[in-house]
Amino acid sequence: MNIDKEEVEHIAMLARLTIPEGEKEQFSEHLSQILTFVDQLREVDTEGVPQTSTIVTETNVLREDIPRDSFTVEQATANAPQSLDGFFLVPKIIADRD
Amino acid sequence: MAPALFKLSLKELQDLFTQGDIGAFDIARSYLLRIGQVESKVNAYISLANKETVLAEANAIDTDLRQWRKTFPLMAMPLAVKDNICTQDLRTTCGSTMLEHFVPPYDATIVSRFKEQRYLLMGKTNLDEFGMGSSTEHSVFAPTRNPWNLDCIPGGSSGGSAAAVAADECVAALGTDTGGSIRQPAACCGVIGLKPTYGRVSRYGLVAFASSLDQIGPITKTVTDAAMLLNVLSPHDPRDSTSTKQAPPDYTKAVKKKDVKKLKFGVPKEFFSDGLDPEVERHVRAAIQELKNLGGDIREVSLPSTDWAIAAYYIIATAEASSNLARYDGVKFGHRAKARKDLLDMYQETRAEGFGSEVKRRIMLGTYALSSGYYDAYYGKAQSVRTLIARDFQSVFEEVDCLVTPVMPTAAFPLGEKLQDPLQMYLSDMYTISASLAGIPAMSLPCGFTQTGLPIGLQLMGRPFEESTILRAAYAYEQSTQWRKKRPPIR
Repeated sequence: MNIDKEEVEHIAMLARLTIPEGEKEQFSEHLSQILTFVDQLREVDTEGVPQTSTIVTETNVLREDIPRDSFTVEQATANAPQSLDGFFLVPKIIADRD
Repeated sequence: MAPALFKLSLKELQDLFTQGDIGAFDIARSYLLRIGQVESKVNAYISLANKETVLAEANAIDTDLRQWRKTFPLMAMPLAVKDNICTQDLRTTCGSTMLEHFVPPYDATIVSRFKEQRYLLMGKTNLDEFGMGSSTEHSVFAPTRNPWNLDCIPGGSSGGSAAAVAADECVAALGTDTGGSIRQPAACCGVIGLKPTYGRVSRYGLVAFASSLDQIGPITKTVTDAAMLLNVLSPHDPRDSTSTKQAPPDYTKAVKKKDVKKLKFGVPKEFFSDGLDPEVERHVRAAIQELKNLGGDIREVSLPSTDWAIAAYYIIATAEASSNLARYDGVKFGHRAKARKDLLDMYQETRAEGFGSEVKRRIMLGTYALSSGYYDAYYGKAQSVRTLIARDFQSVFEEVDCLVTPVMPTAAFPLGEKLQDPLQMYLSDMYTISASLAGIPAMSLPCGFTQTGLPIGLQLMGRPFEESTILRAAYAYEQSTQWRKKRPPIR
């Protein structure tokens, strides 16, 4: 599988990454190489074989709904890059009206 | 004070402490001294515990708590914790710019258990960024070096933990294993590494890489030490829904017998293929012969789907990573790029600055494998192949109790050798990945040295939740050989 530079940009966008222009070539090369290797899976006959997403056999693990202490607002926001009055601050999401 | 306490195993150190021959202060001082001597060469730690804090804690133990020393086997024991396991009020970086300044507001469950026993935390160990790598070179805090040869990798991703144990900078450490990240560095550094069955040890407070594969486990100097730590790690944790409710046995009971009579060992032929270094193969074969001498019943078996394991793993692990690492958005914690024009731009620049190239590569690979139009061909396919791999193990474990293989196709390679070639780096995990996909317990123990003096690892794999069986076999082998007595040349 070949991943060209445009494809690198598209995947980076989906992954919310930017790849500097100078590194796109190398990402394209490495991803193509790895995916070509992975393509050997096509040879495996998996007709009718169920998919394993976890090896844990327990399902619907529930616990009693008992209130307990949680973090304080100060603790919860202590690691935030930007916060104000106990809120997380982010760049403006809604555009200004023209 | 007894000389050079740092050379002792966990069991030996604990015996001296409980007998009252030494105090916590003696232990702390010895290890702090040792760290001072070798850490600048090895770089095993990202963050060292504050010296005064360690000594004060040791003093508190000696003054007020010593009557509890028989109740708490880890009291005053100097341990190291991999830096992707949360420690309250001590930064937990995952080896990444993204979390360089992250100070967790809580402890991982296993860290709280250690604290209840009043252990001594010596520091947080180096790793490949978010656990993604096989050499510890993908850490933004510079690579860790192999104590046996400072120009070689210590393995990865738990390279800091394995090197810290090998260089006597802690008596034992915690590592994490997603595709071999406990076993492979243990092999590179000539120490014991045990990846428990998936679900055996709580992951609460472990920073997630690939949630269906990640497990925490001990890295130690002896098999007995691994059993002692596993006893503390294994009990059920209600905070992790994948943590088993099956009560653990006392693993130290498994490390008493010096033979392996009545145990059946399988040697899977697929693990002795072309890529295996002849010197490594010779030592692993000799170890298999030794297990036979100890009364083991050895037979060749086949795990035909092994050849597909790496390909399946690098789809499944990256797919899970791409979704787990989506949380690093620069909002609630972690790095944020400065002054961006809008939210999307902020996300993208934050992640571009915060992640290193290997992490980006894996996020992109996983994103691609999960993207519309490719999901069935990659992710779905890999999950079906995972079923085939797990079935292979189920069927051989009807015939044998334990599998014996190499850990790695070669001994530790020189720093930088595979850094520019991700696929070659991935292939160094070829023997450890299938146990991760099947979720079975597996461990690495030393079985010899190359002519250039680098350790070689032997891998034992067992049935789910039968850690005792592989510990028993590992113990018998360890006791019948002298490998554990050889120490790295670092001073």
